[in-house]
This record gives sequence, structure tokens and C-alpha cells, in this order.
Amino acid sequence: MRKLKDLILLGLLWFAAFLTVAVLVTIVGFIFYKGIGLISFDFIFGDYSPSGGGGIWPMVVTTIYTIVISLLIATPVGILAAVYLQEYAKQGRMVRIIRFATESLTGIPSIIYGLFGAVFFVTTLKLGMSIIAASLTLTIIILPVIIRTTEESLKTVPQSYREGSLALGTTKLQTLYKVILPSAMPGILSGIILSMGRIIGESAAIFLTAGTVAAMPESIFSSARTLTVHSYLVTQEAGDIELAAAIGIILIAIILILNFSATWISKKLNKADY
Amino acid sequence: MYTTILEPKMVKDEKSTVTETPETKTKIHVENLNLFYGEKQALFDVSIDIKEKEVTALIGPSGCGKSTFLRTLNRMNDLIEGVKISGKIIIDDENIYESNDVIKLRTKVGMVFQKPNLFPMSIYDNVAYGPRMQGIKNKAILNEIVENSLRGAAIWDEVQDRLKSSALGLSGGQQQRVCIARAIAMKPDVILMDEPTSALDPISTLKIEELIAAMKKDYTIVIVTHNMQQAARVSDKTAFFLNGEIIEFDETSKIFSMPSDQRTEDYVTGRFG
Repeated sequence: MRKLKDLILLGLLWFAAFLTVAVLVTIVGFIFYKGIGLISFDFIFGDYSPSGGGGIWPMVVTTIYTIVISLLIATPVGILAAVYLQEYAKQGRMVRIIRFATESLTGIPSIIYGLFGAVFFVTTLKLGMSIIAASLTLTIIILPVIIRTTEESLKTVPQSYREGSLALGTTKLQTLYKVILPSAMPGILSGIILSMGRIIGESAAIFLTAGTVAAMPESIFSSARTLTVHSYLVTQEAGDIELAAAIGIILIAIILILNFSATWISKKLNKADY
Repeated sequence: MYTTILEPKMVKDEKSTVTETPETKTKIHVENLNLFYGEKQALFDVSIDIKEKEVTALIGPSGCGKSTFLRTLNRMNDLIEGVKISGKIIIDDENIYESNDVIKLRTKVGMVFQKPNLFPMSIYDNVAYGPRMQGIKNKAILNEIVENSLRGAAIWDEVQDRLKSSALGLSGGQQQRVCIARAIAMKPDVILMDEPTSALDPISTLKIEELIAAMKKDYTIVIVTHNMQQAARVSDKTAFFLNGEIIEFDETSKIFSMPSDQRTEDYVTGRFG
């Protein structure tokens, strides 16, 4: 009887795992099946042609711009904010309110951020529909993610490290820089990876702030189209599933490359300590 | 085990009371120290003179304030919010709570914690950490400090081949001795030890105790221990804490053989605690 129960439970666990993997494999498989035929050097690196048959290079460049710019702003600000909240701020009402606010921010639908970005960055700050306006909007979207994950990983750094370092006559800043942040690095990095996923997956907020101009951006003040927005538009306007799937493959590739390089950097950083 | 350890100490003590010269310098002078955690008072009028190059043990039941007191000596209690302190602690003619140079104080008064707390770095980097933070960059000097400190903590022979590997791969007892080396690397005068062997096995404990005995000639050591045999084995003087007060402070042998306070006697004979 007990053996049977064991067997049933094991079966359930196995089934749950199988289901998860199966869904992933089906989606990725479908995308590859539909899109792989379109993938070629010219498709990735060729310029876009409105009459069809062109490449997606302008969108790849725009996507990379938005990732890099939003991370460049959000990462330092987010880490510093988390360090302040966790290591310096007096743990009282104020900090609780800030925490509650950041937590609530993570739950807001991105289109709301998009509307805010369209009103504030595009119109009020007169940035126009541009990559920079979209990146700033994305920065606000990922900031709470980076703050939360950094705070969580700072919390996991044992108190004894802080005491041990301070007892050796170091300043709080030295302790932070040499002991606490390196120990928290893996957690902080996973927050950054998560944020990259959010940026790449974002369409509504970018649509409203960067516009849909399908051309190579001249600068970060140009209006442009990211891969995700492009994939949305080609499906919506032309119903071209093959093209959308091909773009999906490129997006998956970009995410994999970014994840691997982030993990590689974190390993390098860790090795440097030993 | 208890008596066999105590016996030789008692004999030695009779000699040492005779040979003790009035010149033994006071290293740490504590006068009417009171400490509050918010509203709750944790230390009551603690006064004690800790002599240079002696081992002073602080004993007492859990929550009696011995660790709290130890942490006032290098101002580690500053890290806890809501701690208020009154009274005087004078180390080398300087009231440590009047001077604001906590950094200098902590380089002079090192500390070893209850559980080994090495950083996730190599053994070498752990020991070199303090000196590096003081701005020492010269490789040769650092090498010398690391070697001397590890030798001073009787761990050099065991780790000299793997200085560059992670310190967290060492056994608990070895880690604790590297912690002691890390403290020594700062060339402190005083080393505070907060139950340094409570997380260790008996053999590692013995090694640390031998080390403490050897370190006495160079450092003033204050050790908190919940293990009375340990206090009897390693210390010259013992202070008995109860409910935030020092009940009795005397030669270790006297505390353990003929304490003058009934409560001390009850504690050391194991009637409570």
C-alpha cells in the first residue's frame, strides 16, 4: 500500500516535470519549425525593406540599444538603492513604505508604464518617440526588479561577514565593497538577467514610447522598432507567422547569449576573489 | 577530568600570587560601565581591570552579559541600533568611547567570533584582508605578514601548500585558527574571543587552547566561555558575570577553588547555569 502511494506520487512528480518540459519544447519547436526556413545571414544582417523580403538588422540594433541603455541606468541606481535600503537606512516606517512601493511597482501592467512614458518622457520632457524615451520607461519597469533581487541577495550575506570585516578595523564602505557586494553578486546578477528578459519581452511600453519606425536608428533620439514590436506588427498587420517565428528564434538566441555571458562574467568575478 | 585539570593550576597559583609583582600593567580599565538595549539594561556598573599579557576569562550563565561586555571593548555593540552606554573604558590611557576613531580601536583590539567567519576568499586573502584595507600593497610585506600570522596561529604547516585555495574548504578548527591568524595580522595588543571553541570538536578545542596559552606572551586576551573547564585551563583571571553584573573577579584558581561569593560557588560547582 505504501509502495503504491510512493509510486503514484512519483508518477505525479514525473508528470508535472514532463508537462513543463513538454510545453517549453512544443513552443520552441513550433517557433523553430515555422521560422527556421527564413533564417539566413541576409535576414539577420540585412536592412529592412518595406516591400517585404528584407532583413531585421535595424530591429536587432534597436533591441540591443534598449537593453544596454536601460541596464546602464537601472543597474547602478537599483543596486545603490538596494544597498541604501538594506545596509544604511534605519529600518523603520519610511523603509517599509519604500519597500511596499517597489513591490507594488513590479505588479503594474507594463502598458501603464508605457502610457506614463508617453506622457512624461515623450511629451513633457520633449524626447519625442525615441529609443531613449523607451529605454527610460524600461528603466522604471526593471528598477523594482533589480532593487528587490539585490536586497534579497544582500539579506543572504551572513551577518558574521560584516562583523568579521568591521572587527578588523575596516570602514563600512570597505566592508561593503570588498566583502558584502562580492558575496551578493550571484543574486544581483540573476536580477539583471531577469531584467533583460523583461526588456526583451516588452512590447506595449516600447510601442507607446519608441514608436514603430522600421528603419536603422540614426541615434538614440530616433524613433525605432524593437524585435518584439516588429514581431507583433508583422503578425498583426500581415499575419506573417513565419516571419514572426523567425524573429522569435533571433530573440531566443539573443536571450541565450546574454544569459551565458552574464553567468560567465559572474564566474570570472568570483574567480578573481580566490 | 575536572579535578585533574584543576589540581596543577592550584599549585601553580600559590606560586604566582607570591611572584605577582605590582608592576603588571593594567591594559583595560573599566569603570561603572552601564549598557542599555533600548529600555532594557544589560550591564550594571561593571568595573574591572584587565592586566596586560594575561588571559582573562569571562564566565556566567547564558544571557548574563558576558558577550555584551566583551563587545563593548572594541565597540562592536555600536552596530546594534538603540544601544546606549555610560561609564568609562580606558585602553592605554584613552577612553575608547570619547575618541571617535573606531577604526584605530579595532586595529588595536582584535576579535575572534563564536563561529569561524572567514570570507569566501582564499586563505591568503583572508589573512591579508585587514592589512590590505589599511593600505599595505607591497607583496613582500604582505607575504611576510601572512606567513607570520599563520605561524602565530599554529596553522602555517597545515595550510602553507594551499594558501591560494578557498578558506571555506578547511575544517572548522582550522578555519577558527585562520580567524585567529587574521586577527593577529593586524598586530593588535588585545584579542577578544567570544566562545571561540563552542562550535568545535574536542581536539580542535584543545589546539585552540594550546594556542591561547602560547599567545599570552604577546597579547592581552579576553575570552568568553561557557565551558568552565576551559576557563580553568586557559585563564589567569576569571570574572563571573550574573544578570549583567560582575559578581566576582579574581585569580582563576581562587574562583574555582574558594570563591568568596556563594553565587560563584554555586555556578562553578554546577548547581545552576
